[in-house]
Amino acid sequence: MRPNVKQLFLRALALFMLSPLAFAAQAEAEGSSWLKGLNMTQGVTEVSRQIYDLHMLIFWVCVVIGVIVFAVMFYSMIVHRKSKGYKAANFHESTSVEIAWTVVPALILIVMAIPATSALINLYDTSEAELDIKVTGYQWKWQYEYLGEDVQFMSEIATPEAEIYNQEDKGEFYLAQVNNPLVIPVDTKVRFLITAKDVIHSWWMTDFGVKKDAIPGFINETWAKVEKTGVYRGYCTELCGQGHAFMPIVVNVVEKDEYAQWIADKKQAAAAMRELASKEFTMDELMERGEAVYNQSCASCHQANGEGIPGVFPAMKGGAITTGPVEGHLDIVVNGKGGTAMQAFGAQLSEVDLAAVITYERNAWGNNLGDVVQPVDVLTFKQGQ
Amino acid sequence: MAHGPSKGIGRWLFTTNHKDIGTMYLWFSFAMFLLGGFFAMVIRAELFQPGMQIIRPEFFNQMTTMHGLVMVFGAIMPAFVGLANWMIPLQIGAPDMALPRMNNLSFWILPFAFAILASTLFMEGGAPNFGWTFYAPLSTTYAPPSVNYFIFGVHIMGASSIMGSINIVATVLNMRAPGMTLMKMPLFVWTWLITAFLLIAVMPVLAGAVTMMLMDINFGTSFFDAAGGGDPVLFQHVFWFFGHPEVYIIILPAFGVISAIIPTFSRKPLFGYSSMVYATAAIAFLSFIVWAHHMFTVGMPLTGELYFMYATMLIAVPTGVKVFNWISTMFQGAMTFETPMLFSIAFVILFTIGGFTGLMLSIAPSDIQYHDTYFVVAHFHYVMVAGAVFSGTAAVYYWLPKWCGKMYNETMGKLQFWIAFIAFNITFFPQHFLGLAGMPRRYADYSLQFADWNMVSSIGAFVYGAAQLLFLYNVIHTIVAGKPVSEPKTWEGAEGLEWTVATPAPYHTFSTPPEVK
Repeated sequence: MRPNVKQLFLRALALFMLSPLAFAAQAEAEGSSWLKGLNMTQGVTEVSRQIYDLHMLIFWVCVVIGVIVFAVMFYSMIVHRKSKGYKAANFHESTSVEIAWTVVPALILIVMAIPATSALINLYDTSEAELDIKVTGYQWKWQYEYLGEDVQFMSEIATPEAEIYNQEDKGEFYLAQVNNPLVIPVDTKVRFLITAKDVIHSWWMTDFGVKKDAIPGFINETWAKVEKTGVYRGYCTELCGQGHAFMPIVVNVVEKDEYAQWIADKKQAAAAMRELASKEFTMDELMERGEAVYNQSCASCHQANGEGIPGVFPAMKGGAITTGPVEGHLDIVVNGKGGTAMQAFGAQLSEVDLAAVITYERNAWGNNLGDVVQPVDVLTFKQGQ
Repeated sequence: MAHGPSKGIGRWLFTTNHKDIGTMYLWFSFAMFLLGGFFAMVIRAELFQPGMQIIRPEFFNQMTTMHGLVMVFGAIMPAFVGLANWMIPLQIGAPDMALPRMNNLSFWILPFAFAILASTLFMEGGAPNFGWTFYAPLSTTYAPPSVNYFIFGVHIMGASSIMGSINIVATVLNMRAPGMTLMKMPLFVWTWLITAFLLIAVMPVLAGAVTMMLMDINFGTSFFDAAGGGDPVLFQHVFWFFGHPEVYIIILPAFGVISAIIPTFSRKPLFGYSSMVYATAAIAFLSFIVWAHHMFTVGMPLTGELYFMYATMLIAVPTGVKVFNWISTMFQGAMTFETPMLFSIAFVILFTIGGFTGLMLSIAPSDIQYHDTYFVVAHFHYVMVAGAVFSGTAAVYYWLPKWCGKMYNETMGKLQFWIAFIAFNITFFPQHFLGLAGMPRRYADYSLQFADWNMVSSIGAFVYGAAQLLFLYNVIHTIVAGKPVSEPKTWEGAEGLEWTVATPAPYHTFSTPPEVK
């Protein structure tokens, strides 16, 4: 009997549908690299490996059930066709079969639930952490605070706008690079205390098996004990406004002694910054520093040319606040404006940077007010509230 | 004495005829389907390559939000209400819906709801940009001013759905032909009866959620603002208490359609009718107690997390029963593969794949990695598009000859099917890879390692979009120039009361109730 075109087509289709499974199985067995980018990675923590194992287990359970179910289905579609003269049977129920296919899946699920439960219990065990780091989500950046160490800093995307808007070639770590990565020691249980200042964000480090929502007003806990040094990259995974795709996470996992050195340097830098706050700056120094701060922290909304976005973000150029009394200007930058996207930068930027950016805003784009705000003015303002 | 439709526009404005109203629902939903599809095309065009090329991130968020809202509330739900209006009276031997004037009202407020929603695109500050799940405080404190119009629109849609559901419940419970016991009803009627109860239960919850938002935004309350003693997570609990039953509201009538079509073209009665009914009811019950599986990363207590994981895994059991029943119906049938059957078979295959990924997502520790990535996007498009949209398309091809007395062109129907089936998989299968490789959803732009599959997905999406224009062409061509058919029973293997009335179905049917043995 000569198979007709339709049959050949159906067989080819059946093969096509099963082929990804065959490839996946082969690649999984060989651990080959082309699977990279098709499957979840194992990651570098015990938790992430547990998750990966669960993922593969449930995947193969689904594959086996799928192969059986689709095999029966395709067999019927090929054999039980009217065009081949097949006469329909008339059965329409079978209590024993129906009980079987209710009970068997239920049993499979119970078996699945056991490893899932133990993984979840492990994932929730934040006890006995050796290092506590508070992670705060802002629109659209992260703040890291090493609790008890007096070290905190903002971590923002380092991919230039020119790459995003296609004026320059995109670098290797496009949208996955930051100015200040989080640094943690290897083989150390780190507890992350996660919260947010404005809307909900979510802190996801794929390789750690960590994803936790950052919720304003609440603090969530999670943890990671990373087993391998290296640079790891993650993303924000809760829609948080226009910069959602532009607040990546980079964690630098280093040897313990390297970490000790790093944290000591950071502490020293913080002390130096406090000292700097009492220094008198010239207009040029402030303008130069202010422009850099502005482009880093303000330009994504108010735009580099200070013109804002009409109806959404107010213009700085000739703006009521930026050309008004300096107290009002200090107030909005330090305290933000409730109910809008304007954040309180008082806790995010140093006094020096605050003074610089305010001076810059009052003297750039033809706003030439000529007044200079010194770090000490900012400090006085903060203390006076 | 039966009389025909009145003339002119008045026929449509003032009609209380279930067939007219069903037709309007179907055309309206198709218009919304094209609009929501257009938004999807904008999204996929922007994601064709890394970097921002066409639109700004702010507008991208408006597109994802409007795409979700229009597709869920404007396209899929009204499509099934339209099918219910047309088919439920015909399938239970009733002359019309129980509450015909309310039927008219529940349709005619819908265009206003979507006109309001669409008008936000032209407002200062732009359309809603906080995702179709509109999590607070992004949708309250940080929302554009148009959020108030969005809330008003949702209220109207909710009122429309509740009225439609009350009508369906009243019709099914009161207007069945003599002898049509509940356990003799076609499954499409059963699934809609259960869906209607779900809608009546959860639409007020959605209305409550948006009303609390309205209060937070305009009247100084703090339901969802921690600074005032509220809780942003409360919003998610309320939303998903609506949202999870909502996804079954979308898929249950689709089950009903598939349970009508597969037996017809297998020429064999549906396998396990009563277990189908019980499975539908079980799924509906479970839908109320699993909502927080959408929230595995919000920081629930361990016990809560475990409970929602176990309860969610259970859904696989009744859903599996349904799939096994459909395949057993096909087994040892005498199958033919007309367009409605092709779409139904594709439904079973692709919905099962969507079910598998759903099972994977139910495993809470693994969900930590899947949550809010493209893996989830792939999962719910497998159940929403290959589930609801494919079954809706199947239903149109299946009942179109009964509706208009014309036969569609089989070759063109099959052409549409194959383009849609292949393009759908090209669009959404790679999104599994993207999600597993770490691409978050609702991203206007992405890192370079995600570039290849995004391009593939976008190409698939454009072809899939074009296939819908072919669908529109096929339907219009059938109505205008299709081959006339007149036998009451269009399909050899079809069973049920709708196939006992004349073709095309007269304006008034079953003025005298039929006797069901």
